[in-house]
Amino acid sequence: MEWLSERPCLNPVTVETTELSLPSRLETVAEAAAAVADFVSRSGVSDDAAFGIDMAVREAVTNAVIHGNSKDEDKVVDIILKSSPEAVEISVHDQGAGFNPNEVPDPTAEENLLKTSGRGILFMRNFMDEVDWFVPPEGGTTVRMLKRR
Amino acid sequence: MAELNITERQAGDVTVLDMSGKITIGEGSVALRTAIRRLLEEQKKRILLNLAGVGYIDSSGIGELVSSYTAINKDNGELKLLNLTQKLQDLLTITKLLTVFDVYENEAEALNSYK
Repeated sequence: MEWLSERPCLNPVTVETTELSLPSRLETVAEAAAAVADFVSRSGVSDDAAFGIDMAVREAVTNAVIHGNSKDEDKVVDIILKSSPEAVEISVHDQGAGFNPNEVPDPTAEENLLKTSGRGILFMRNFMDEVDWFVPPEGGTTVRMLKRR
Repeated sequence: MAELNITERQAGDVTVLDMSGKITIGEGSVALRTAIRRLLEEQKKRILLNLAGVGYIDSSGIGELVSSYTAINKDNGELKLLNLTQKLQDLLTITKLLTVFDVYENEAEALNSYK
């Protein structure tokens, strides 16, 4: 994914990177969260930040499994974790048909309050400092989330 | 161990569900949905969820709370929430659902609030 290598703010000497490739099933959400919790604890962020990262990762992976890959176990969810002195960066990639976050209705609008879904992106944006979606050349959707230290 | 443990008790005509664990996508959300459906089938429509032991909830769990609220209201019942953790309260604030749910910190007060 080209955009990842274009981020000069990450110091290559002190960056720790972990990559995961997990099947598209609901159990993957907890597996990914456990792996991220382990990574985050090693990277030494605050408890509040760790909680927010956990929330955001669960929502991103849930979206990748359910909406991106439609729980098709032939498709995988790829997760890249990067820790630098400045931030923790997490990318979650699915192999779905693509996703436009602007098409998701505002779940806090009066008319949407009683909807039973559609709050995951709100949580991701609330708990992370940056959240961006990309459609890489190989297809699918990648969401990149950044939590500054 | 189950992701979400639910213990039912009766306080007058209000059914209290003491919950502990996680309400997240999959097992936790399904456990809540199953419990609420069973209570409605048993005509127990005044329901108080004691969430003191729920340390974690995701958007799916929040969605399940909304779904429970809607199902109970539709059946002319009342769902109220008791003892939210600070984190859950924060999530309900972010989602503006604190304006929807009837929330209490004191059980006696919650029980007395049912019409």
